[in-house]
Amino acid sequence: MALSALNRLTALLPPERLLFQPEQLAAYESDGLTAFRTRPLAVTIPETADEVIALVRFCREEKLPFVARGSGTSLSGGSLPVASGIVIALNRLNRILRLDPELRLAVVEPGVVNTQVSQAAAPHGLHYSPDPSSQSICTIGGNVAFNSGGAHCLKYGMTSNHVLGLRAVLATGEVVEWGGGSRENVGPDWCGLFTGNEGLFGIALEITLQLLPRPERFHTVLAGYDSLERAGDAVSAIIASGLLPGAIEIMDALALEAARASVNAEYPPGCEAVLIVELEGPREVVALDSARLDAILANSKAVGIRQARDAGERLAIWKGRKNAFSAVGRLSPDFIVQDGVVPRRRLGEALRRVGEMSRQAGLRCANVFHAGDGNLHPLILFDGREPGALERAEVLAGEILRMCVAMGGSITGEHGIGVEKRDFLPVMFGADEIDCFKRLREAFDPFGIANPGKMFPAEQAPALQHRGLHPLEKAGVLSRE
Amino acid sequence: MSTALAPASVTELVEVVRSYPRLLAFGAGTKARLSAVNATRISVSQLRGIVEYEPSEFTFTALAGTPVRELVRTLAERGQYLPFDPLLTDAGATLGGTIAAGVSGPGRLRFGGLKDFILGVQFVDGLGRALRMGGKVVKNAAGFDVPKFLVGSLGRFGVLTELTFKVFPSPASTLTLKLAAGDIEAATRILVEAANSRWETHALDILPGAYDVCMRLGGPAQALQEIADDVFARWPGEKLGDVDAEKIWSDLREFRWVHADRPLIKIALMPTFIPPLYRAVQRFEGLRIHVSSGGNMAFVSLAAPKQAVELNELLRNLSLSGVTLRGEAPLWCGLQPRAEIAQAVKHALDPENRFPPLHE
Repeated sequence: MALSALNRLTALLPPERLLFQPEQLAAYESDGLTAFRTRPLAVTIPETADEVIALVRFCREEKLPFVARGSGTSLSGGSLPVASGIVIALNRLNRILRLDPELRLAVVEPGVVNTQVSQAAAPHGLHYSPDPSSQSICTIGGNVAFNSGGAHCLKYGMTSNHVLGLRAVLATGEVVEWGGGSRENVGPDWCGLFTGNEGLFGIALEITLQLLPRPERFHTVLAGYDSLERAGDAVSAIIASGLLPGAIEIMDALALEAARASVNAEYPPGCEAVLIVELEGPREVVALDSARLDAILANSKAVGIRQARDAGERLAIWKGRKNAFSAVGRLSPDFIVQDGVVPRRRLGEALRRVGEMSRQAGLRCANVFHAGDGNLHPLILFDGREPGALERAEVLAGEILRMCVAMGGSITGEHGIGVEKRDFLPVMFGADEIDCFKRLREAFDPFGIANPGKMFPAEQAPALQHRGLHPLEKAGVLSRE
Repeated sequence: MSTALAPASVTELVEVVRSYPRLLAFGAGTKARLSAVNATRISVSQLRGIVEYEPSEFTFTALAGTPVRELVRTLAERGQYLPFDPLLTDAGATLGGTIAAGVSGPGRLRFGGLKDFILGVQFVDGLGRALRMGGKVVKNAAGFDVPKFLVGSLGRFGVLTELTFKVFPSPASTLTLKLAAGDIEAATRILVEAANSRWETHALDILPGAYDVCMRLGGPAQALQEIADDVFARWPGEKLGDVDAEKIWSDLREFRWVHADRPLIKIALMPTFIPPLYRAVQRFEGLRIHVSSGGNMAFVSLAAPKQAVELNELLRNLSLSGVTLRGEAPLWCGLQPRAEIAQAVKHALDPENRFPPLHE
């Protein structure tokens, strides 16, 4: 079946946009979760929405599994190919179709890179808020599929909070249009249901994004502490004050070491943890709020405090933070990025337990996290050449996720379930809830052809393989978060 | 319509859902058109109370029948609020009814509406199962986002029993400015320019019956005075005292400006559509309109039910959609996209059609 079906694909796309050769397919075998690798039957490279629709309808006719892929930065294996199916690579659908400064919105194709939206909006004093650390490479289509987050989610929400409208082809072949230019909608929130579907419902073809006025003024402060607890206490004091910072981030000692090695970031001497807090808003408001924040931090027993005096210094602070993950590659041949959420008031306890668990497992673990919303990103370091190390790291990662759920949190704040966490879905949801998810999935995809093998616990899991860093990661192009 | 059932627990509710062929939940009945269909009515009034409120987490969980004003009061005691200005709180609107109706108030402009603040739900689906979807923490990407989908779903996919919300610290103070505009074009220009400005306005509404724009600012009092001067350098206007300002916003939130017992329709809008909409409704005698949230929604109060037919056609021509909250008029108004997937999702959540279809 498969071969004859693939032959029929040639009627849909010119030969140069249909990849069949093993050497062509190699680049698509894995995504940001490098422990998994699967070779698809073919990779298709559509250039228009109509071509994507034709491909999806073809897959439905042939019951051929398909996996949509943007830049392949998923950390949960969301764009891991299926051996019996094709990859639909969307990078060439990369046009910004419309940018309306008056209505503060952009209509984009799925292959548009996250930062390109903000770059296009910048001349109008606008920006696109969700900022995953891979934003210079990850695509809006992938952001929509996985409801990506970033450092500014507490105040402005995740991708889902910025999608005003969608045109999508569903796995049934139906093309739907939901929402539009209004920030308000009438009837159920279909865009909300579609965003975060992890590629199981279909493929977004046009996405209407809300843009926000770029804040006039930022006040970015980096404070160093001699313990993680002290940094955590400072966060509690900020939250209790009634301030609403745009971002509150913490990095631990190991993460700082990595950032120093990678981007020559400088941190106050003797600090074991760094807190980054950013206020933003009109200059009159920031002037008063920043005085309050500075007073709180001055009383927080910091070993050193640095305020960004200009845009360059602000960028430098964020560069150290956003590159922390790939920087960890300098400390260890391999690492797993985990993504869990705990209630904010239990962050300190969660970090202590992560430390204990990693010591017991004999593995080092660096911590970078969005402290404002309780989103942990433990980076578990291991050497894949050592027999059993990857498995131990996976076990530790699983223990951390179970801890997050036991504390009342979530198994994912922003990376999604994908392949990586599918066995943990039942840790967070009961059998009835999972049945409801499956019924919804069946409504959108009765044949189970859209990104099969993701989100739901599988009968047969692909074997973990040690593969080392992603080639792009080694080149410093891609960073994981 | 038959008499209402009022289950006292989720277990009882599950039993009710399993026992009746056609059901619909209602709250305080403040948006009565949404539940005016032929079905056994379930009151959620007994499922009431705050389950969890942890100010340091910026979250609370409450039962669906809890009056929103109780929550607003409890949050205010801890210096927090629901930034989207929940509607009809004085009238007794419940949390569940607010979510099912999917209507937010003027404050949705600043940080988003209901769908941007809902984190998790428990609801009973058409199979009579109490399901927990979403989560209780401010950030969560696990599973399909059913909580968001249920915002505005009018109870047609299940009965909401419990909701978890994100909340924010209240601004240190607010200041309302009233800006005079000579006509609707000028008022619209103020909305667009102010929403795109550096001021981070919390609300921008065109008041019913005039072209006045009300702008609400939030933040430290001293800063707001300075911003107000900057606004007045752009457009003439006046600062309102706290009492006057609260009356304006409260009258809008409570729909005190509408024709009693006449159709009240919410329309999803874009600022560019405001002038054509205003021009077109000139011919509707007695029609009142409130443009809210920077021109992203409008509430229209018809003077007579028969105007609904004409409004429906008008909205269709403008490619706009609306929903009737009160009064005798068809539930949906204007453009009604109907996708096959809507049927399939209905079947997934409610295969036996225990709840009325969305388009009834």
